[in-house]
Amino acid sequence: MGSQGGFYQSKEFLDLVKSIGEARSKAEEDRIVLNEIETLKRRISEPDIPKRKMKEYIIRLVYIEMLGHDASFGYIHAVKMTHDDSLLVKRTGYLAVTLFLNEDHDLIILIVNTIQKDLKSDNYLVVCAALNAVCKLINEETIPAVLPQVMELLAHPKEAVRKKAIMALHRFYQKSPSSVSHLVSNFRKRLCDNDPGVMGATLCPLFELIARDVNSYKDLVISFVSILKQVAERRLSKAYDYHQMPAPFIQIKLLKILALLGSGDKQASENMYTVVGDIFRKCDSSSNIGNAVLYECICCVSSIYPNPKLLESAADVISRFLKSDSHNLKYMGIDALGRLIKISPEIAEQHQLAVIDCLEDPDDTLKRKTFELLYKMTKSTNVEVIVDRMIDYMISINDNHYKTEIASRCVELAEQFAPSNQWFIQTMNRVFEHAGDLVNIKVAHNLMRLIAEGFGEDDDNADTKLRSSAVESYLRILGEPKLPSVFLQVICWVLGEYGTADGMFSASDITGKLCDVAEAYSNDETVKAYATTALMKIYAFEIAARRKVDMLPECQSLMEELLASHSTDLQQRAYELQAVIGLDAHAVACIMPSDASCEDIEVDRDLSFLNDYIQEAIEKGAQPYIPESERSGMLNISNFRNQDHHEASSHGLRFEAYELPKPAVQSRIPQTLIASTEIVPVPEPMYPRESYQTTMPSIPSDAGSAELKLRLEGVQKKWGRSTYTPATSTSNSTSQKTVNGTSQGDGASTVSSMRETYDSRKPQVEVSHEKQKLAASLFGGSSKTEKRPATGHKAAKASSHVVEKSHVPKSSLEVASEKAAPAQQPPDLLDLGEPTATSTALQLDPFKQLEGLLDATEVASAVNGAPAASRSPDIMALYADTAAGIHNKNDADLLSGLSNPSVTNMPGTTAMPQVTQSSSKGPNPKDSLEKDALVRQMGVNPSSQNPNLFKDLLG
Amino acid sequence: MIKAVMVMNTQGKSRLAKFYEYLSVEKQQELIRGVFSVLCSRAENVSNFIDAESIFGLDSRLVYKHFATLYFVFVFDSSENELAVLDLIQVFVETLDKCFQNVCELDIVFNYSKIHTILDEMVFGGQVVETSSSEIMKAVEEISKLEAASNAISLIPKSASGWRSR
Repeated sequence: MGSQGGFYQSKEFLDLVKSIGEARSKAEEDRIVLNEIETLKRRISEPDIPKRKMKEYIIRLVYIEMLGHDASFGYIHAVKMTHDDSLLVKRTGYLAVTLFLNEDHDLIILIVNTIQKDLKSDNYLVVCAALNAVCKLINEETIPAVLPQVMELLAHPKEAVRKKAIMALHRFYQKSPSSVSHLVSNFRKRLCDNDPGVMGATLCPLFELIARDVNSYKDLVISFVSILKQVAERRLSKAYDYHQMPAPFIQIKLLKILALLGSGDKQASENMYTVVGDIFRKCDSSSNIGNAVLYECICCVSSIYPNPKLLESAADVISRFLKSDSHNLKYMGIDALGRLIKISPEIAEQHQLAVIDCLEDPDDTLKRKTFELLYKMTKSTNVEVIVDRMIDYMISINDNHYKTEIASRCVELAEQFAPSNQWFIQTMNRVFEHAGDLVNIKVAHNLMRLIAEGFGEDDDNADTKLRSSAVESYLRILGEPKLPSVFLQVICWVLGEYGTADGMFSASDITGKLCDVAEAYSNDETVKAYATTALMKIYAFEIAARRKVDMLPECQSLMEELLASHSTDLQQRAYELQAVIGLDAHAVACIMPSDASCEDIEVDRDLSFLNDYIQEAIEKGAQPYIPESERSGMLNISNFRNQDHHEASSHGLRFEAYELPKPAVQSRIPQTLIASTEIVPVPEPMYPRESYQTTMPSIPSDAGSAELKLRLEGVQKKWGRSTYTPATSTSNSTSQKTVNGTSQGDGASTVSSMRETYDSRKPQVEVSHEKQKLAASLFGGSSKTEKRPATGHKAAKASSHVVEKSHVPKSSLEVASEKAAPAQQPPDLLDLGEPTATSTALQLDPFKQLEGLLDATEVASAVNGAPAASRSPDIMALYADTAAGIHNKNDADLLSGLSNPSVTNMPGTTAMPQVTQSSSKGPNPKDSLEKDALVRQMGVNPSSQNPNLFKDLLG
Repeated sequence: MIKAVMVMNTQGKSRLAKFYEYLSVEKQQELIRGVFSVLCSRAENVSNFIDAESIFGLDSRLVYKHFATLYFVFVFDSSENELAVLDLIQVFVETLDKCFQNVCELDIVFNYSKIHTILDEMVFGGQVVETSSSEIMKAVEEISKLEAASNAISLIPKSASGWRSR
């Protein structure tokens, strides 16, 4: 260790290092270090310590802190050392403070003055040491104190100082762009520095500046290109060569800058083609650094405006990288391939085998990089293989961070490219099982929605099968210990919704399982809540099917527990369950219709169906409605809509009394209501009616615009990420379920847009078949393309619905009407007709008051009316208009701004007028259709991140 | 920019740790441990790159090189090139080698401040300023010389209170 000379370490320090090095355990090491700290604490505060000793103490402190121990007692001594005259001591002091302190440390204030002084020093080493401290220790507030000195140093005779001054200025820019924004032009000036080293250093800040704002630096393209040309042509002195490459680090920085400047700029890019091409040719690919430059060239080529010749050279280099034995080069090759396939997707094919080799490589880094590449090149033809591989890999790793990432990628790919629902569900199951708590909750909601809605294929049977298989797989999976909460929520929901739907499992099977879940995961309230609601659904379906309901003992004890739960949410669910069980079959069927979860909840916020009634009332002499805004001094009643729905309400509760109802208004509806208002008092039926009158004139145009708006959204992707909005699902179902009229156009456009995405991906698909099987499945197999069903209509759905549901008779008349319909109508219409009865009943039920009103004849007439008329042209209007359109063509959309959830709680108000209408108007061809829309009120229609399960209940 | 430079031995003992953004001592230790646990699980003959996002956050890459008993680790963001950083490590080690003639772990342990000096000549404020080992050597030697000179002058043991009272 002869080399220690000049750095003056004492035997003590050597001993310390040695003993730490020899320590057998962390505990022993800690003991030694703590001893050392004690010694230092004592010694360092002794008076008259020789500088040399002091310096060594500080070094020892630094060392201790590097080992993870607190050395803060010595910070002040390090600060003092920076004041010293001796260069050695001063530098040590600066080294220590840059390692110890941060820019916001209290001691900084003691250093700033020294730094100011040192920046002006004649000794350039002192200046350098001070600049070093500037980079680390100066914050936004102290920048002005040193800025003038640093600016002066930009012209320092020593190039090392100029370089560091530039870096310091760069650092200021990073910390507080505003405080040096007037000085950024200095970077441009330094680009012309005589010393290539300084120029090279200037590229660092310029790169960052250009990355932030490309356009202000476009003028430099020519300069950068000519610098790069000169560098590549070896115009710099030999001193800048590195492994026979002319200044490779400068070349790399320049190429990075050019990539930024040329991105999407044809003109700028054209200036670069020659020099990049030259570098491709000249670069020595045998050395590591040569390959670094080549890689940077590829990045540049794939970023700037494409040039076929350069792309070709890039592809050549990539294949060389991939064929190399070096893992580093393979890694770079895969990365480069990922960049290049964005521009020329076909090059992936040539390298398929190499890519697969990388995928199977033991090197984790390389594997991950390859998965990243696969992720970029996934399409509907290879999604199964890729996602399968990804999941396998996901299961095999422990790194939660990467697990999360890869899980979300799997989900994304599966949503985008799933070839079948079966596959989708299986994939989701695997993802959830192994990374359940790491995936976004939205994914779970999407999965539920998919199971509920099906794939939009023509075949309703398939949907039923899908559900049964989901139920079956979930029952199986429930046997496994310790499932993630999110997954359990999905399972509970699906079991509740479809557990007994196909008759394979009895209610007691399912409820037993659900109770087990609630018990096994008793700490998880969300899961419990899902389980409770699922239980309620199962019982409700049983009651509705007029089967005898025997509550399992474990279920009963669960309910008892929940009734006394600390969670009000759980309590409420339990009480609701109790209440539902106590109701008769008809009522239950209305509250909890089966398989209605994906029906949109459509509420006519404008209550436009009341228009006729209002008209009548006015004719009889009632006063017309005065809009709230025009009614100064009168009571504000605007929030009646939100009264029973606190979440959605933007207003607080109102405690003022309502305006006295006008006698004219109080005709037969309120009277009937009064009969049964005990549960939910609905004192406001008169208001909606009032509002109707004034909105009437504007109705047709409003409805039209709403229709337009939704149709636009109807073209959305089926599994896209953002499909959670109720609007989307509305339009989806429109395109799926209807064959004729306006909606057909919609469906067609959905299909064609999907085709387009296929076509754009086709180039990758064309593959030579002699490649290995995996390669083929990853890269090729365009034959599979047709596998993906084109979304069209759900014509067949209706018939199976009838079959499926006829065992849950709501009233003999309804069933009859359902069955009668297919004869006269295309099957798709039946689909719409069928749930009608449910909806009629359903809207009424939560507010029992209407029960009495619902008389079978009315329902029947409404239903029967449906097939009779040609309603296709109206379908769009109907579906589109979530806000309006329960029972009237004249659905004004005044209130559509309200969020959907707020609407869902209005059955009381909406149901009431409906009855009026059906009796006053008789059979209306639109009735049943509109009612169908209403059915969607049922079930979870996840419109927010945390779907409120109570929506199931409250409609 | 370069986020951190670390040198640690194959037992996970830190030999040099320099972070270009301020981190608390605890955080530094945590990162060092995190890096080591990944490094020691790496097989021979695999790439020198590691996906460091789980340790250092978004947009961070890690390049390491294994020399005898030491790992040299550079952590940086997307503005650097992995292969180039690998060569940067090479430059660093070459320079150390020139400085100490056949550098070994003990040289690094005992010449803690000199290692920092060398590194500061290469990487300044997180940016690479010099990539030629001979240039770095020149600068470091000059510093040593000047330091020795200034030290020789002040070797006459001035009382510590002398500089303290200032």
